[in-house]
This record gives sequence, structure tokens and C-alpha cells, in this order.
Amino acid sequence: MKTSASALREKPGALRRFWNAEHGPGTAEWMPTGQRRFFLLPRSTPRIPGCLAFPFLAAALLLAGCVRSGPPADLVIINGAEPESLDPGLLTGQADGRVALELFEGLTRYDPTNAAPIPGLAESWDISPDGRVYTFHLRPNAVWSSGEPITARDFVYSWLRVLNPGTASEYAGVLFYLKNGEEYCSGHIRDASQVGVKAVDDRTLRVELKNPTPFFLDLCAYVTLRVVPRQAIEKYGDRWLMTRPVPCSGAYELVAWRVNDRIRLRKNPRYWDAKHTLSEIVDLLPCASANTALNLYETGAADVVWDKNLVPGELLDILLKRPDFHSFSCLGTYFIRFNVTRKPFDDARVRKAFALAIDKKRIVEKITRGGEQIASGYTPRGIPGYDTPEGLGYEPETARKLLAEAGFPGGKGFPSFQYLCDTTSRLHEQIAVELQDMWQGELGVHVEIRKLEWKTYLRAQGDLDYDLCRSSWIGDYIDANTFLDMFMSNNGNNRAGWKNPRYDELIREANAQLDRIKRRNLLRQAEILLVREEAPIVPLYYYAGLMYYRDSEIRGIFPNVLDVHPLQGIYKISSRSSAQRPRSELFAARAQSEFSVHNGQRTTNH
Amino acid sequence: MYFLKRLVFTIPLMLVISFLAFGLMHLAPGGPFDKERAPASPEIKRALEAKFHLNEPVWKQYLRYLGLLWERTPEGNWRRVDGGLIAGDFGPSMRYRNHSANDLIGQGLPASLTLGALSFCFALGFGLPLGFVTAVRKGHWPEYAGSLLALLVICVPALVIGPILVIVFAIKWRWFPVALWCSPWHAVLPTLTLGLYFVGRIARLMREGMLTILHAEFITSARAKGLSETAVLLKHGFRLAVLPVVSYSGPLLADLLTGSFVVENIFQIPGVGVFLVNSTLNRDYPMVVGLVVLYAALLLLLNLVVDFAYGLLDPRVKYE
Repeated sequence: MKTSASALREKPGALRRFWNAEHGPGTAEWMPTGQRRFFLLPRSTPRIPGCLAFPFLAAALLLAGCVRSGPPADLVIINGAEPESLDPGLLTGQADGRVALELFEGLTRYDPTNAAPIPGLAESWDISPDGRVYTFHLRPNAVWSSGEPITARDFVYSWLRVLNPGTASEYAGVLFYLKNGEEYCSGHIRDASQVGVKAVDDRTLRVELKNPTPFFLDLCAYVTLRVVPRQAIEKYGDRWLMTRPVPCSGAYELVAWRVNDRIRLRKNPRYWDAKHTLSEIVDLLPCASANTALNLYETGAADVVWDKNLVPGELLDILLKRPDFHSFSCLGTYFIRFNVTRKPFDDARVRKAFALAIDKKRIVEKITRGGEQIASGYTPRGIPGYDTPEGLGYEPETARKLLAEAGFPGGKGFPSFQYLCDTTSRLHEQIAVELQDMWQGELGVHVEIRKLEWKTYLRAQGDLDYDLCRSSWIGDYIDANTFLDMFMSNNGNNRAGWKNPRYDELIREANAQLDRIKRRNLLRQAEILLVREEAPIVPLYYYAGLMYYRDSEIRGIFPNVLDVHPLQGIYKISSRSSAQRPRSELFAARAQSEFSVHNGQRTTNH
Repeated sequence: MYFLKRLVFTIPLMLVISFLAFGLMHLAPGGPFDKERAPASPEIKRALEAKFHLNEPVWKQYLRYLGLLWERTPEGNWRRVDGGLIAGDFGPSMRYRNHSANDLIGQGLPASLTLGALSFCFALGFGLPLGFVTAVRKGHWPEYAGSLLALLVICVPALVIGPILVIVFAIKWRWFPVALWCSPWHAVLPTLTLGLYFVGRIARLMREGMLTILHAEFITSARAKGLSETAVLLKHGFRLAVLPVVSYSGPLLADLLTGSFVVENIFQIPGVGVFLVNSTLNRDYPMVVGLVVLYAALLLLLNLVVDFAYGLLDPRVKYE
């Protein structure tokens, strides 16, 4: 078939010879007196010309265009949207991060069970008593997949690259905790040597911070702070991930990346902990449609679906009851922003009235239905050492009273206003309609729903061109600060026009605080201001992470609040012998013991 | 000569098209770097815009995009900016930051071309006979069955046909894979989904053409000459009856070859069709303009081919 097909393309007369070889000479139309008849035609009509050749032409094209090489993967995971980038310094998407975390390792990495930082390329570290200087000791056996050693200088390069304005890294903010990090990134300081990261020698990295940042070890595991190969980047520029092989520092190396098709990872044999990598070849499929993802999973083309956007909302009620459907709480909050620069939402009483009139239970039970918890405070639960303060609950009586106090008894005279939501998901509109109903019913005010396409919506939000606006936030690291610092007056993510000097002061003070209890109390005070007293936002519910995989087949996936699932310990039972299995169960215990060795000077959380 | 003239004329036309696409994209609110979370400092956003030259006036960005912008180097010489459309470079993608627009189009086009060509062949291969039969066997059951089938596939959109085919052939019977793009087997359902509508369209065009021709005087005179029905219908009838299909298949082929958003989405096919929609939503300016230019070029080229084919098929058409 293949030879005939290629012959078709090369020689003009080949089509006829090909046909004759397949069907015997004289059967085709170009033989003027045919013997066979097309059964639908009367005797007087001839057979159809050329048309019959089309299927064969099509087959030829197909063979030419559709090629896939390589062995089947040990594990196939549907990862979510197509990654915008796999460059740890540039990427911003969650799905992107999940891949890059496998390719590149940081000083610390995530414990798969609870997403706490455990030693990665740094085998140990010392923290100065004031909590401002970290000295990391790199592993002697840390090497790139190309064989070169990973040195402290590689980390200095990787971090300065993120901060360098020329790189234009959107997440450079996570390195602003370094001394002079922000100044260098903004161009106020040109000299990179003044930034608080230095290679003392090949294996010792000294990091100086602006403030004692208790979550700094968490940040070290964050994707933006992971180490990237200097030589490849300097040689190939922005397209360095398109070359092969890419020197990798993580448990896996990149074999293939075809946009919208698949990413293939292969075990990095030179990874310092390679003996615990349980799956040899892993395919990560991008998927745009939740139904397609479910179809692939159902027919066995994929083993795991681990993106919460890839769960078809219509089937949620059925899926929830299945044993292979996993729902767990994670660090994400769905909330409403008020534009406090617009009347009448500049009045805290109005904002609180609106918040108190919302029955959040109705939203999670009627609309989201994926195991989401209603949000009282803004910071989701599950952050060790922090307990989220209670925000405003469902108190319609108080709500009406407050609205009357603000000058709108029974909603009379309330100006018309709009609730802004985007069109990326039907969910947002459903929630908007529900809210509209609640506010109408409880407060007697009518809200108009304004739907905008994603980018237009974001621009409107950023420009404060809205009255009320649906919003969401996903935490980057396990600390309340990842939720709270965004509402400081000058933070670009505030987007509510809310400026509160006391709030700013509390957050600033908290982050300069060494004492954990005092710090927690300061953050709590700030959050109380945010969700109870001033209420520039109304948290609605906390996100749930959603996945499907069969417990009987897949091992090593653990629910955790960051929704990170290191591939290293994940494997399919059928593709592994039992002798190779023990790690995932023992992982937590082992990580604990590793900790106790270096834990002497660890002052921080968890 | 005529075709040469037309070919030359496409160049200013392409310029106008690219300018419109570029201008309209920049008019749309929001930009490629408006994201749910803002960069930690405004300087980062500025650096980002400077990197992709979004801080320049739009006319300058357009000239840069075309590659017709000269800049003064630090040494004081004027130098043309690198790349640009005239060098066949669509520029860097602003969403997929490790890829250039050329990379993305280059990766996606083979899949879209294959799927498009397959669907085109499928549409012609089944549409033409179907139309022919329904016209020739007018008043008999093949006509009713054929016309009903054609009408049915026209009325049901790919958005419905795709999932139905998947449920029946991929999930219930497991004959074909549900999605992805890795073997000829994977191409069957997408081809059907994409092609069925056009089978119906082509069948109807062919039928209309054939019905008109059957009553034409030259057919009567051909019959009067004593030609066999075969010769009448094929040599004289088919050639002219197929003309509407030929003129339709130019834009049709251009449409099919540049991919389909719906079908690529349902079957997770790595083609360019999804980019055509998503790049617009993401405000990925270089990708949008690149794809529009590509589509326009293909359309103009195929229309030219169609006109050429007209000259071959219809003896009445002559190009000066």
C-alpha cells in the first residue's frame, strides 16, 4: 500500500497502474467499455469518472501526513490547556507549570503528599538568626541531563535572568523578596551583583532577603525559581526549548513537544534521585474540551485527567459518585470585587449589605457542585499555622438594615449598576444570575449582567471600568501572604481601587515579623479588615481540585492544596513490578527523616 | 498573461488584507499581556511591551511586521529590521513565548492540510456521485434517498455530527479512536465530521447542474446525433454540470485546508484551525495576522486555479 501510494505521487501514469493492479485491468472508467455497473444507475448511464480515485488519493495523503514514532508511554496524563511556555522563567499557566516542574528542579521541591518544600537540588541549608540570610548547600551529585554539574552559579544566573527587565518575566515578582530584587527588575539598580543572590563557591548559594520571609523555602520550590540551563539559553534565546536535547535538571527530560498534540517526557537518568523515578516515559496531552478529555479517559487512551477545567459541568452529578473521581480542596478562591472608586460602592455599608445578602451555599450546591467549600474568609483553609478569620455570612436582615442606613431603604433610589463577568465558562454567568436573584430578592436592587470576552474583561477589570466584577485567585505558595498582599494599595492585582493604609501597614509589619504567632495575628487582622470590616471583596467559595484516575491502577497521586503532583512517584500498576513500588507510600516518611537531619536551623512553618 | 496579471494583483491585495487584519486586531480592547494576575511592578509590563514593540505607534508596528522598517543602528547606519513578512517571517508568538508564529503554523499546518485534503476528497468522492445519481435517476427511489441524505448532512452541524460519531463508532463500538492524531485510523472520524456537510453541498450543486444540463439544447442535439447515453451524460453533460462544483471547490478547499476550529477541538487535532480562533481571543497579534495572510493567499491562489479549470472545462470561457 505504501509503495503504491508514494508511486501515485511521483508518476503521472501511476494512478491507472495502481488501480489496475488492485482491481484488475479494464474495470475502471477510463476504459471506455466497462463491464461493471454502479448498482444505483440505470443500464443506460455510465459509471462515475475519477471520483473513485479520490479515496485512494486520500489514503495516500493520509500516509504521508500522519506519522507518529516512539514506543507507547508508561503513563498518559491529560494535563489541561496547551502550555504557553515551558520556560520556568516565562510561563504563567498552571498546566505549563506542571510540566516545567518535572523538567527543572529548584533548591527545594514539593512533597507530593502535602506540597511542603523538601530538599531538592539543595541538600541542606542554614538560616541566619534574623531570618534574612539563607545559605544553601547544593548536592554534589546534582548534574544536568547533559552531564555537566549544576552549580550555585546556575542558580544565580537563573534568578537574575528572571529579574532582568530584558527577559520580561511576568512572574518576576516572586523574586522581589530578594534584597534589591525589585530595584534591579525595575531598572533602578543596573548592577546585578547588588542583588541578594551570590555563589560563594560551586556548591554554596547565599541568598539575602529584604525581610525574614517565612515562606521562602516554599518559594524556592516554585516554578519561577527553578534552575535553567545557561548555555542553551544563551545560545538559542527564547527558542531554547525548541532545540534537542534540552539540558534538564529535573526528574524528566523533554523528548518531544508538539503544540496541541503532546509533550513526551523521558526519565532523566542523571537526575540525583533517578532511582525513585517510577515511570520511564510519560505523555502529557493538552486538551481543550472537557468532553474529549473524558472520552479519552473512558476509552483508556489516557490514565489520568488532572485539570479541574477538564470536567464537563453537565456530567458533574454523575461523575461525583464515581470512585475514580477525586475532589479535594486547594488554594483558590472565587470572589467578587467591588469597584470602591464608584458610588455607591465607596460606602462600606453598601458593600457589606451586598455581601450579607448572598447565600453562598446556594452557589456551591446548585451551580459548582464539584465539592467546593463556601468561603467565609478570603484565604482558603489548609494553610498550616494560619486560621482564616470568619467573614460575612448570610444575614439578609442585617443586610437590609445596612442598606437602609446607607440611604437606600428597600433598595429605593439605588442607582443602576452592572455585574461584570467573562465568557470563558458558563459557570460565571450562572453564578451571576444567581447573585442577581439574591440581590433582587433580599435587597430589592436590580443588577444588570455584563458579559465580556476574556481579554476585554481583564482590561475592564484592570482599568476599574466596572461596578462589581467576578474574580478568582489561585495561591502560589502555602502562606496567607499569597492571598493577602495583593490587596495592598499599590499592588497591580488589587483592581478594586481599594486603598487602606492600615491594611498596608499590617501586611508590611507581618512580613517583617520573625515570630510566627505574632505574624499570624497581624495577617489575620488584615484579613478581617478585608473580608469583614471594609469588604472591598466578597469571597464566595474555595476551589476544589478535580481529577480522575483509577485508584486500582494509578499510584502516587495525592491531593494537596497547591494541586501539584510530582510525576516522579506516579506510576501505573500494570506497567510496574511490585518490587519497584514502595516509594510513594514511603515518600512522606522518607521526606520527614531527611528533614530531621537538616532541620536544626529551620525556623519556618510546617 | 491574464493569470500573470491576476498573480501580480494579489500582492497589493495581500497588503490590504494584512493591514486590515493588523489594524482590526489592534483596535480590539485588551492586549496579549492582560492577564488575570498583573506583573508585580508596572516596569515588568513596560519591559514586556518594549520587547514585543507594543509601545510603538501602530503604523510603526505594522511596518516592522512587514519588515519594511529601517532603524538607525548605534553606529549611525540605517538598517532594515530583521525578518518581517517580506522575508516570510510572521514574527514571534505573543502567547506561546517559546515559539515563533512560523513554528506554530509549521507544526499545525500538516495536520490541517491532511485533514482538509481528506475531507475534500471525501466530499467530492461521495458528493459528485450522489448528485449525479439523484439527477439522473430523477423520480426514482435513488433520488429521494440521495436528496434526503444530502439535506440531512447539510442541516446537522459538525458540532452535533462529531460527538454522535464519537459516541457510536468510538465509544460504543470502539472501531475508531475517540480523539488525537497519531495514525490513519485516527483520521477517519474527523474526516467524516468535517466532510459530511460538504458531501451534501456538493451533491446538491452537482444535482442542480446536472438537472439544468439535461434539459439543455446541446444535450438534445447530442442525443439526436445518436450518441450513446454514456457519451451524452459524461462527455457533454458532466463537464458542464460540474462547473458550479468547481467554482465552489476553490474557496471550499481553502476553507478545509486551513483547519476547522470545531473539528480540531472535538478530536484534539494539532491543526491551525484552533489557532485561528484562539489567537484572536488571546490577542496574539502575529499569529492572527499570519493566519489571515496564509488563508487569504490560499484563497486567492485556489480561486485562480478554479478560473483556470473553468477554461479547461467550459469551451465558452476564454481568458485574454
